[in-house]
Amino acid sequence: MKVLVAMSGGVDSSVAAALMQRGGHHVVGVTMRLWGGESDTGCCSVSDVDDARRVAQQLDIDHLVFNFSDDFHDKVVDPYVHAHATGVTPNPCIECNRSLKFSRLTERADALGFDAVVTGHHARLVRNAKGEMRVHRGGDAAKDQSYVVHMLAGRELERTLFPVGQMTKAQVRALAAEMGLRTAAKPDSQDVCFIPTTGGRETFLGKRIAFHPGRVVDTEGHDVGRVDAVELVTIGQRRGIGLYKTEAKRFVVDVDTASRTVIVGTEAELQRSGLALHSMVWAGGAPESGRFRVQCSAHGASLPCAVEVIDGARVQVTLDQPHRRIAPGQSAVLYDESDAYVVAGGLVSAASAWPASVGATA
Amino acid sequence: MRPEAIAAMQPFLADVYANPSGSHRFAREARRAIDESRDAVAAVVGCKPGEVVFNGGGTEGDNTAIFGAVRGIQAGGGAAMAVCSAAEHHAVLHCVEHLAAHGTGLVVGTKGDGCVDALELADVLRRLSSEGTVPVVSVMAVNNEVGSITPIDEVAGIVRSTAPEAILHTDAVQAACWLDLAPITACVDILSLSSHKFGGPKGCGILFQRTGVDIEPLIFGGGQERDRRSGTHNVAGIVATAAALVATAEERANQTERIAALRDELVAGLVAIGGVRVTIPVQGSVPGIVHLCIEGIENEALLFLLDEAGLCASAASACASGAMEPSHVLAAMGVPRDLARGALRLSLGHTTRHSDVTSAIGIIGAAVDRLRAHTRS
Repeated sequence: MKVLVAMSGGVDSSVAAALMQRGGHHVVGVTMRLWGGESDTGCCSVSDVDDARRVAQQLDIDHLVFNFSDDFHDKVVDPYVHAHATGVTPNPCIECNRSLKFSRLTERADALGFDAVVTGHHARLVRNAKGEMRVHRGGDAAKDQSYVVHMLAGRELERTLFPVGQMTKAQVRALAAEMGLRTAAKPDSQDVCFIPTTGGRETFLGKRIAFHPGRVVDTEGHDVGRVDAVELVTIGQRRGIGLYKTEAKRFVVDVDTASRTVIVGTEAELQRSGLALHSMVWAGGAPESGRFRVQCSAHGASLPCAVEVIDGARVQVTLDQPHRRIAPGQSAVLYDESDAYVVAGGLVSAASAWPASVGATA
Repeated sequence: MRPEAIAAMQPFLADVYANPSGSHRFAREARRAIDESRDAVAAVVGCKPGEVVFNGGGTEGDNTAIFGAVRGIQAGGGAAMAVCSAAEHHAVLHCVEHLAAHGTGLVVGTKGDGCVDALELADVLRRLSSEGTVPVVSVMAVNNEVGSITPIDEVAGIVRSTAPEAILHTDAVQAACWLDLAPITACVDILSLSSHKFGGPKGCGILFQRTGVDIEPLIFGGGQERDRRSGTHNVAGIVATAAALVATAEERANQTERIAALRDELVAGLVAIGGVRVTIPVQGSVPGIVHLCIEGIENEALLFLLDEAGLCASAASACASGAMEPSHVLAAMGVPRDLARGALRLSLGHTTRHSDVTSAIGIIGAAVDRLRAHTRS
């Protein structure tokens, strides 16, 4: 096979490239240049590209750099910024996988005659009894990344490979060290690549959208505080919500950027059992109602639930046990009942907003 | 590298390794090689030997011209604005943009033909000259990306009449292979050349600095090159630079004619692919550069296919990460960003043969067809 390995300059993709080469494939490495602006997180930095190129040289494979910064800006950064203005909190890493790694790069690879795109994600691709490929959880439960690659479906599932998916992180590092790869001990990247560590999200968004001060009210509508920027308030948030007097634990249960109102409540008032999802992508193509598990953050636990299909793109999820409300824009991924593989994924709707579905109704 | 240049530098890498600034016999031998090289270069450039400065390449020459001129003026005081055109090589443009960030530089527009906007240049210089002083104007002789030839005599006419105090610099790096340098030298004060563009070694260059034109050196130290460029002489590099330049000048007329014919055939073959726009008409560009914008193509993808097929081409300059950046030259010329994504630059030189042209047309045609077939609708 002729494969294109997406090399970030990290240890996982370094080992992925090495394993493909060991398997006798024709391997070409590529580093995507995504963020063209200022950053101090190191991601997309010259030194990361250097690491990727040096690993490629060590393996004696060709290494390319693709400049996708226009697409990254248009499809990831810009939507991320403007979503905040409407009180929606997207996961940019998932949007990057959706719009860049598993569409833009796959299309480019296709045009250039590659048989598959390879990444260093910790997820496994397994064919089921019907012969269909599914994304399964990675071999290292603590590092599982099936959540962030859940959008793989249809033809892309057949054209993607995760060579380190069944390995533990320790095994990946040990193998990298054994092969003498310079990235063997490189720390994992943690942060959103385009948000600077200094100043963070507030500074980044502040340069791009207007912040508006807002009222903070309790669930009965009484004024209990003020915030400087409703755009920076996230559902579930506990600190920095500008309460006039410190009360017992209060959480943000809803944000209405239109009326510039933040609603706070008790932990019980944050609980929801209903979750509306939109923009669903189904691994098998066809939507299905039934019993599943739903996961709403990269390393969060999955929760048992019932799913009812509204239409192909929208579902209503009912959790068996109420759970803290998930912010609109976050990704929710449905796994099969045994929690082994991805069935579908979508985005949390603002529609499941307080007070329409307020309260624990389990 | 040209074989003449490789041969010329050999003795100075092995036997004559002495520092030419020394006072023993071997040093004198090295010194003589540099002196002879300087004479040979002066004859090609069209200047006095004392006006030739050997340095570390085109970028150094450009930086020396801009910052040297600015520092020379600032020593005297007064508001000073360095000026260049928008399509300059980064070695000039980034100097002037750096100055502009401190309010002492200004970039003048470029027209669709790749040449500086003469009317705007005249207006800007007239205004700046009346408000303060213009230490330096830099306009390239041949654009490195699209190959457009700027009539430097006309630029000089504008500069001399609107800002007579200004030092006129030209980056002639891309001109050396294709144009007689003497007429260009005759109308400027400083001119920079880069050795590897005419078959010499990388990391070597030539700066013509007219007698009486006072600029501050960029590099201070041992006072080599009459205090204009300190640092131990790169003897082998200087000798090879001179050999390459002399050989280039000797063959220039014949090569220009031969390569212009190949270029015409290449352009015709590529235009026949369809949806191909020639950026600069052949009569306005040097024969060694063919620049095209191919509709419906991303050049990053195209270059991969060309490389795979054994054809080495380029599209635009790369940033530190190796990623290609959108071309500032095409942007300055008003080429839409979408079309600029399909930019392709092919170069022809003294080693290019007819068979290379035929195979390039075939390879590019096949790659373009493939990519267009895969383009999202």
